[in-house]
Amino acid sequence: MTAERVLMKGNEALAEAAIRAGCKCYFGYPITPQTEIAAFMAKNMPKRGGTFLQAESEIAAINMVLGAASAGVRVMTSSSSPGISLKSEGISYIAASDLPCVIINVQRGGPGLGGIQPAQSDYWQAVKSGGHGDFHILVFAPNSVQEMADMVVKAFEKADQYRIPAMILSDGMLGQMMEPVVFPEISDKMPEKPWATNGHGNKRKHNIINTLFLQPDELEASVNARSKKYETIVENEQDAEFYLTDDADIVVTGYGAASRICREAVDEARKNGIKAGLLRPKVLWPFPVKDYQKIVPTAKSILCVELSTGQMIDDVKLAVNCSVPVEFYGRTGGNLPSAEEIIKKLAEINDSLS
Amino acid sequence: MSVVFRKPDSMADVNTHYCPGCTHGIVHRLICEIIDEMGIEGDTIGICPVGCSVMAYDYFNCDMIEAPHGRAPAVATGVKRSLPDKFVFTYQGDGDLAAIGTAETIHAAARGENITIIFINNTTYGMTGGQMAPTTLPGQVTQTTPYGRDVEKAGYPVKMCEILAQVDGTALAQRVSVDSPKEVQIAKKAIRKAFQIQRDKKGFSIVEVLSTCPTNWGMSPVESLERLRKECIPYFPLGVYKDITAKENSND
Ligand SMILES: Cc1ncc(C[n+]2csc(CCOP(=O)(O)OP(=O)(O)O)c2C)c(N)n1
Ligand code: SF4
Ligand SMILES: [Mg+2]
Repeated sequence: MTAERVLMKGNEALAEAAIRAGCKCYFGYPITPQTEIAAFMAKNMPKRGGTFLQAESEIAAINMVLGAASAGVRVMTSSSSPGISLKSEGISYIAASDLPCVIINVQRGGPGLGGIQPAQSDYWQAVKSGGHGDFHILVFAPNSVQEMADMVVKAFEKADQYRIPAMILSDGMLGQMMEPVVFPEISDKMPEKPWATNGHGNKRKHNIINTLFLQPDELEASVNARSKKYETIVENEQDAEFYLTDDADIVVTGYGAASRICREAVDEARKNGIKAGLLRPKVLWPFPVKDYQKIVPTAKSILCVELSTGQMIDDVKLAVNCSVPVEFYGRTGGNLPSAEEIIKKLAEINDSLS
Repeated sequence: MSVVFRKPDSMADVNTHYCPGCTHGIVHRLICEIIDEMGIEGDTIGICPVGCSVMAYDYFNCDMIEAPHGRAPAVATGVKRSLPDKFVFTYQGDGDLAAIGTAETIHAAARGENITIIFINNTTYGMTGGQMAPTTLPGQVTQTTPYGRDVEKAGYPVKMCEILAQVDGTALAQRVSVDSPKEVQIAKKAIRKAFQIQRDKKGFSIVEVLSTCPTNWGMSPVESLERLRKECIPYFPLGVYKDITAKENSND
């Protein structure tokens, strides 16, 4: 059977893939530019044996996610930047409860109400501080409609495998644009969840989902156990794409929407005799340190491009241990850098190298 | 020899951390008696709040989830929508339900969410050491109303059953007390009715239990019950505020 190619918006492809991946419950609160996800879910979940529920707030939505995840079903919520801030409390509790779920952030410009155009200014929030306490969530960074679909499937699988919340850090551009997509093959075998609070049926001891540990030693043990799990994830789940990096003097790096413009700039720069390449992280937590290490021997400079004033750049510097100079170019507020702007920056760096 | 009094099966065989004379324990027991009588321990998921009853997950033998402060009705919604045939109840204090979690409470009711809320109104934030709650009575001295609750500045107590009775999705809103054997029996009946409404898929049910907090009220358990009768019940009158099954029952 050959898989069918269909033309879809990023947000809709993601939603369709989520349903195919076995998402049984969706809870959300309206916000631009993630609107199509909720609309798609509202239309399709009831027809395909799932639940769509519009919550009274993002706080309620993420706690409904907590409940459904506790019950053992695949569950998802989607929002955009200001809404993700409201979900932060719940994300901390879900992480502390070792519950799997999928959270979509179709980023828009911030801080505050900001704007509704694409941005990447929630990087820190996604990878460093999506709530209080010592915890991490998996963060995937698609850069095409195809990856919006592929990564949401992977997010469900990895979330279940590690019992961890997984986020798709998308943006308004990826959400709104249309491209052809082929939906990935999905295993219909759902993992066993013996820990779920779904009624013990008088067959087992009661399960408890809890995040309270009043004894310091108990809390420390619980945090340390999760930390061990994170070590495994850091070891196994780093992922990045390399493009023309083998002989590159300057390695451009960016994720999501920014990486698409970077790739165009790299191609143009090559035509102008600048040896540029692209390293695109596909997973932001765990940050693909091993992949950045690979360019250290050959790269003379790194140019980090973001739709922000510079957030991922901190992780890039750490990943190369500051052994390669890291330059920055960013636009924000919903503006996108043009390929020309990036090429200009590349030419400046290139001149300084000779 | 016949057994006249024993611990319900669905109640864990452990000592609770509640203070002497606290009514949390009585209400736990009533819920467990109902769970036993209806034979639903294996089909029940309980959600505990943040408050003195945060550790109730250790006291009930059914599956339990501990929710963030005020969010239990949203968590319960997530569970119930995933498992519509299971029984889902939340157990929440007044700070949890009527302050930080007001939106979650009212909207769970508005959706007619088929869950049961057991609401412990002790007119104070017990766990954090007795601050003003949304239910603290006018003039009541607490840690954060040291001169007594001045309604001009701190506002008025919130009457949740009265509010929730106005919501179309509410099937049952009843306020009870556990200050005497007679009231305990009424409370038990109300809790049973709430679970029955859930079994019949009739919608949202809430049983508000006027409770005591001897520790933060600075009273003996007996004085606390007296205060409950003299001050709390007049402000929060007991009774059925809404019961969509009342008519059917009267036709029985
Ligand atoms: C987000 C958040 N804010 C504040 C607290 C602190 N806190 C813990 S319990 C509580 C009040 C509980 O009072 P109530 O709901 O009336 O329950 P009671 O202890 O009286 O049974 C507060 C404010 C918290 N844990 N989380
Ligand atoms: S502080 Fe009050 S509500 Fe809490 S256990 Fe003690 S008496 Fe009960
Ligand atoms: Mg209280």
